Amino acid sequence: MNWMAWTLPTALFFSFIAVILICMTVYEIKSPCVERKGFLPIETTRGDRLFIGLLASGYIHLVFVGLSEMSLFIALGISFVWLAIVLRWG
Amino acid sequence: MKKVVNNKAWFLVLPVVVLVAFSAIIPLMTVVNYSVQDIFDVNNAYFVGAEWYRDILQNPRLQDSLVRQFIFSFFVLLIEIPLGIAVALMMPTKGARASLCLILLAIPLLIPLNVVGTIWQVFGRTDIGLFGWTLTHLGMDYNYASNPIDAWFTVLLMDVWHWTSLVALLCYSGLRAIPDVYYQAASIDRASGWAIFRYIQLPKLQSVLVIGVLLRFMDSFMIYTEPFVLTGGGPGNSTTFLSQTLTQMAIGQFDVGPAAAFSLIYFLIVLLVSWLFFTTISHMDKAK
Amino acid sequence: MNKQTKKNVGISVYLFFVLLPIYWLLNMSFKSNEEILGALTLWPESFTFDNYAVIFTDPTWYMGYVNSMTYVMMNMAITLVVALPAAYAFSRYRFIGDKHLFFWLLTNRMAPPAVFLLPFFQLYSSVGLFDTHLAVALAHCLFSVPLAVWILEGFMSGVPREIDETAYIDGYSFHKFFIKIFIPMIGSGIGVTAFFTFMFSWVELLLARTLTSVEAKPIAAIMTRTSGATGIDWGVLAAAGVLTIIPGLLVVWFVRNHVAKGFALGRV
Repeated sequence: MNWMAWTLPTALFFSFIAVILICMTVYEIKSPCVERKGFLPIETTRGDRLFIGLLASGYIHLVFVGLSEMSLFIALGISFVWLAIVLRWG
Repeated sequence: MKKVVNNKAWFLVLPVVVLVAFSAIIPLMTVVNYSVQDIFDVNNAYFVGAEWYRDILQNPRLQDSLVRQFIFSFFVLLIEIPLGIAVALMMPTKGARASLCLILLAIPLLIPLNVVGTIWQVFGRTDIGLFGWTLTHLGMDYNYASNPIDAWFTVLLMDVWHWTSLVALLCYSGLRAIPDVYYQAASIDRASGWAIFRYIQLPKLQSVLVIGVLLRFMDSFMIYTEPFVLTGGGPGNSTTFLSQTLTQMAIGQFDVGPAAAFSLIYFLIVLLVSWLFFTTISHMDKAK
Repeated sequence: MNKQTKKNVGISVYLFFVLLPIYWLLNMSFKSNEEILGALTLWPESFTFDNYAVIFTDPTWYMGYVNSMTYVMMNMAITLVVALPAAYAFSRYRFIGDKHLFFWLLTNRMAPPAVFLLPFFQLYSSVGLFDTHLAVALAHCLFSVPLAVWILEGFMSGVPREIDETAYIDGYSFHKFFIKIFIPMIGSGIGVTAFFTFMFSWVELLLARTLTSVEAKPIAAIMTRTSGATGIDWGVLAAAGVLTIIPGLLVVWFVRNHVAKGFALGRV
């Protein structure tokens, strides 16, 4: 595993993703979700919204890195807020 | 078709998941790890945060190759999609001639990518290649190795030669799925050729065209071997596309960190585009 | 000129455009280097098999074909074995995460091989598979498996469910039904899938070249040898190129009636 060059931040990142996926699966088994229409232009399921949220978060980080010198923690904060909004109202 | 809910189906997909996860997730995690470190060797790696990402996003060489890549993919779609439809419309509909056409059309798709590059490298040369020789003797100043415009023209022509068949075969199978009744009705109504195309054939081609656009966009977006063999990315950097820039960085200069950051940005672009296409396709399937 | 004639002329012109560069390669492969470099001739004036003789007598050359064939075959076998049940699951059942799983598979088909180059090299070196046929076969699974699942799912969706249900009522177990009844029914779909798996694995060079050095080196990588100190050996290069086209031609012949449907991933 040495060649994979793990670092603490990336390990945390992947654990976070894994935990989300596990939670979503458990939640899905407990209460299966139905497609619904929120403020996004298409009908989405919970999983779709999670994916849209995460992908957009990736782009938010890229924009921050590419266009500004601001700390990435701001981008991280914005991403969390965005993720919550999409999951709840998307 | 109504599908049954059955979570045991997971056992059937498990082998695929394990296999692809081994080849996709482990490498992807590794790329993420590399992208945040400055790596000299296995025991000397330093965490640098988002440094490489900033470098990459602000690096003019990469921005240029990204722009070139989009222009290239745009032209590929602009030429190959209409040409492919036209070829499919002209193909014989049945019998041995149709089979022959199919096989001949499929030939370019079956040639290893570097051989495609070699074929055009030879074919376009002004001394020993028929194409370059003909152009030169027609009085044109053609040289794909020194003139960027000629190089672009040759790379595009090669891609059209190589991949238009894919679009044509897709459309051909789409056209064969139209029942004869439609055409009979159209001929009773004395519909013009254009009207038949616009109101009968094109709507039926919609789903195959989405697949065609998707495959052509993706494959042209990751094109590497053919231009690498044909022009080596030159003259200058005029035909250096994304994959080649990336490969140069990763293998040529062994800049592991920046190459990894670049890979992930590349991957995010691809992920967004394929998600858009996939959503479109599944919505069209649903509409049916 | 009536419409049919116009169409025939059009398709002939296009096919001419497709075949001309290939003819030129074929033409060159039968010429000596002196003739190639000497003057432009439309057909070989001193017809020779020497270029082919070079390839067939030198093991470092022809082993390249053997290597390529080996990993392509392994890739085809692995792909079909894992993709058949998965495609069945996708075409018949709904299960948690099915849509997302399918999409995730597809993203791997779309991912540029260049992205995976470095980690693949490390991964296969660390598990001791570097420079083996299996490494290339596994690496190619990354895009052949998703494609195979996609195509097979399209073909399987065309088979009515009632057939499955009748078989189960008749007392077939899943395994028996799948192997004895279902697989023969989608024979053409499997043929087309095998063709596409073959095609994408056969034409790919970047991963195959990176993951091998001597033992499993593909023909496409060996071809770069022709550019030596004395310039490029055009004749041998052309002959090697021609020989790489032949396997594909043989394969497309067998599935010629289904190729178009396969290109549409079974969904027309």
